[in-house]
Order: sequence, then C-alpha cells, then structure tokens
Amino acid sequence: MPAIEVTKLIDPLPIYTMWLREMKRFLRVKARLVSSVLMPFLFLAFLALPLSFISGMSTGIDLNFFAPGIVGMTLLFAATMSGASVIWDKEFGFLKEVLVAPVNRFSIILGRSLGGMTTAIIQALIIVGIAVAMGVELSSGSGFLLSIVFMILTCATFTGFGLILATKLGDTEGFMAIMNLIVFPIFFLSGAFFPLQAMPAWLRYIMYIDPLTYGVDGLRGTLVGINAFPLWLDFVVLLVLSIALASLGAYFFSKMEAD
Amino acid sequence: MNNIIETEGLTKEFDGLVAVNHINLNVEEGEIFGFLGPNGAGKTTAIKILCTILNPTSGSAKVCGYDVVQQREKVRECIGIVFQDSAIDRFLTGKENLDFHARMYHMNAETKEERIAEVLDLLELKGKENIKVNDYSGGIQRRFEVARGFMNHPKALFLDEPTLGLDIQTRRSLWDYIRMLNEKEGITIILTTHYIEEADYLCRRVAIIDQGKIVALDTPEKLKEVVGLNLISVQIARGEDDSLANLLQEIKWIKNIELCNGSLELSIDGAEERIPELIDFADNHEFVISSIELHKPSLEDAYLHYTGKTIREEEGSVKKLWKAMMTRGRGRR
Repeated sequence: MPAIEVTKLIDPLPIYTMWLREMKRFLRVKARLVSSVLMPFLFLAFLALPLSFISGMSTGIDLNFFAPGIVGMTLLFAATMSGASVIWDKEFGFLKEVLVAPVNRFSIILGRSLGGMTTAIIQALIIVGIAVAMGVELSSGSGFLLSIVFMILTCATFTGFGLILATKLGDTEGFMAIMNLIVFPIFFLSGAFFPLQAMPAWLRYIMYIDPLTYGVDGLRGTLVGINAFPLWLDFVVLLVLSIALASLGAYFFSKMEAD
Repeated sequence: MNNIIETEGLTKEFDGLVAVNHINLNVEEGEIFGFLGPNGAGKTTAIKILCTILNPTSGSAKVCGYDVVQQREKVRECIGIVFQDSAIDRFLTGKENLDFHARMYHMNAETKEERIAEVLDLLELKGKENIKVNDYSGGIQRRFEVARGFMNHPKALFLDEPTLGLDIQTRRSLWDYIRMLNEKEGITIILTTHYIEEADYLCRRVAIIDQGKIVALDTPEKLKEVVGLNLISVQIARGEDDSLANLLQEIKWIKNIELCNGSLELSIDGAEERIPELIDFADNHEFVISSIELHKPSLEDAYLHYTGKTIREEEGSVKKLWKAMMTRGRGRR
C-alpha cells in the first residue's frame, strides 16, 4: 500500500464518508424522517396559523411573519441534535471505530457536521415548501437563495453548540432533559412568534444575546422581506458566531476520549 | 523474526489505581498472542494503549515499529481492532459498515469492492451483507466486526474478548475463523480473554496477567509444564490399593501417592511412557489394573499456579474493585 499522508487537516474521502453516513442514517430511519418534518408542520398549522388569525390585519403579523420562525426552529432542533448526537455514537460504541481510523479528527467532525447540516437544510426547505403551499408569499427568488446562506450559518452555529453540549455534558443520563431546557428558551426568545421591536427593553436585551434571533431575522428578511435588523448585521453576527461555536465544538471533539 | 509489538515498562494509572503495571513484552510477527486474566486484570487497558486509544502513564510501546504516542496515526494505519463492546453502526447494513471502514482507511473504490468481497467470502458472510446490523444475531454481528477489523490488511489485529457473550458453537466457529485469518493472511493476532480454553486453543503464546502485572508468559504447553507433574490415576481390580501403594513408593519417578475414591493418584515425572512401565510393574507383582488414566495439567492449573486463584474465585473481588474504580471514574469526569 502506498504511504498515506494521514495527518492532513482536510481529508476529502473520510469527510465524504462521514457525510454519507449521516445521509444514510437520515434517510433510513423513516419514523425520524417523518417526525422531523411533521413537527414543524404541526407548529406551522396548529400554532402559527391560528395565531395569525388573532393578530392578523391590525398588527401586520400574519403567517408570512411566523413561517420563517418555524424554519428557524427546524434548523435549531435539527442542527443541535446533529451536533449532540456524537453522544449517541459514543454510547453505542461507534465513536471508537471512527476515532481509531487514521484520519485527522477535524476531518471527521467536519464531515459529520456537514452531513447533519445537509439533512437540517433539507428539512428546512421542505418546511419552506409547506409554508408556501399554505399561502406564505416569498418576497423574491434572490431572497430565497440568500435565505439558504442564513440557513447554513444558523446550522453551523447550532451544530457547534450541540457538539459543545455533548462533549461537555458528556453523560447520556438526563442529557435530553438538559438539552431541551437550553434549546427551548433559545427558540422562544428568538422572536419566532413575536416581533422584537414590540417587546419591552429588558426582554429585548435578552433576545439580543440569543443567536437564533439573528437567524430568524435573517430568514424573515430574505424569505418574506420583514426584518428588525439590517441583513448585513444578521449576516455578520451569525458568521462570527458560527465560526466561533463550530471551532470550539470541533476543538472539544478533538479532545474527546473514545471511551 | 520481527517483533510486531515491543513494550518497555508500560504503565497506566487511573487516579492511583494501577491498571497496567510495568509490562515488558514482545509479540512476534505471525503469532497469535493472548492476554489471559480475570476481568479487571488490565488486559483491555493494555490493548487500548497498544491501539492508541489510551496514552500510557509511563513506559513506552511500539506497534509495527511505530511509537503508540508519538506516531499514533502510523500505528492506526497498520492495525485492525475488534472492540470488546460492539462498535458497529446498527442502522447501516453489514456491507455499508465495511464500506465505511474501507473509505476511512483511504481505500480506493476498486480495492474496496475487491476487499469487501474477499472478507465476506472468508468469514462466510455472503448473502448477509445487505441486512441492517440490528437484525443480525450476536455471532454474525461479531463476525462482521472481525471482518471489518482486517479489511485494511493490518499487520496486527487486536481482538478484545472476541467471543464474550457468544454461545459455544458460535465461539468455536469464531475460533476457527481467527485461526484461518492468522494462517491465510499471515496476520499477527493479539487477543485478550478470560476464557482459559480460548487461550489454550488459539494462542501460540499466552501472557497470564493479574492485577496489571504479567505473572507468566510462554506457550500454553510450557506454562502447563511449569505446574509440574502429570497425574496418573490407577484402579486395582481387587482393592488391594494399600499394598500396591507401598510397593510403588520404591519407584523414583513417582513423586507422590494419594488414595482417593478407591483409586491411586500418582504424581509422576514423565508422561505417557510411564503407563506401560506401571502396568508391567503391577503385572510383576500380580496386581490387576482395571483402569489407568493419565491427566496432564490444564492451563487452568497453570493459571492457578501463577495467580494462586482460579478465574472464577477472582471475579467476586474484581467486581468490587471495578465498582470502586467506576465511582472514582465518575468523579473524574
């Protein structure tokens, strides 16, 4: 066998392999596939839609306002779960198989995260499709394309966040409970269901430190043309956060013990 | 003969608990080498260090000529591992797992397909490769893990308790597969086990490990020899054991005589060749031997000799030790 440079940071074949595994697992478990789309749909149909009936005309808060929030929620849950699922790989022993391969750990986590992000974005796009079918009007084609950039950044941010949770909390017992305890406030405070501008200052300040606020705002701006911050601000904040959290997550992963 | 593994004073401590204690050993190319010892003796820890999963506290180890700490990627390239607990993706099929492994070890598409077909053939897994791992029996799943372990043509294959939890037939057949891999592919195999029969049946050399230390290292035959004498039990037709016993005391190669359950237990120096001698002796003195049997010491006797306990006795105390370690481990995290 030819000598292989194994220490290289970006190792395409293993990255692709890790990505492929995530895709296969995503498509294989039908129940998960269905529920991952069904849950946001339920939020859209039975929460956002009824809410839009009461807020409606007078406030300008309609389904167009809510739908990007649900897309953001989908990304938040899918991406955090994808990052955190490292803990299940550890629990079921598969992590050992991965970590003893002659592959740089950065490539491993990169491929894995890209796989998780791909599946999350597929789910988000399905939700956009459902929202459009329910009568949401997209502002423009270019806006839609730009929204994918915000999806990617939001995903990277929360995949990194999930990784940090998994590597630092480390214990499978009670892990899900703690995760929900952290993830739900992030969702609630992101402005998915209420406009940031209409909130009192103390609440606004809490919302400012929620990364998903910028994701939802960016998605709203690009998809339906309603945004609280300028889009460039959403973009810059998310870019910085995604790089910071994803790198930190990757770093913790590289220090993770297989056993 | 080249050494595939060389260790010097290899030591691993977990918060003051010495799991591996100054181990020095060489494993030669092409042999099946076994670590035999009770649970918690340090076998798995030793193997984990050799596989680059754990770093040693002190001492050094070389696998395939590479240092396990300084050149871990090089080591990883030339070894295959079958872990004690299953490390296989249950949502993927057996083939997909092999495929995953091949790609992670940088195999190109062509060699990959070829090699997968080869290992499926060798371990007789053809026709089962497209079923989800979750739906396999324990034995088949294990076989896939072994197949995966030597996919990348490793120089050394590590098997950590390969037959743990398998039934007798499955265990036997896995033993035969392991042997065949060793013979056909020339892979050096290093395994840990707490099954004495397994070490005896498979290994060319066995290291008996107890409380982190290697207490004996040799071929199973040599290990048994050290226990010492063979045993012959003789039954006399007319129950005149005492008088025969008295006569036998004159024979030099009989080291000890015991009377139990109506038969004479003779500890002897020598082996099969003593049986006719004994029969002649009895004939000359007009005794009729109704049955005669030679017992050679088992590896279990050898184990007993070196550790002063049987493996079963040990498990009780080891469990306590292990528990203590676990609670300490929790605090560490």
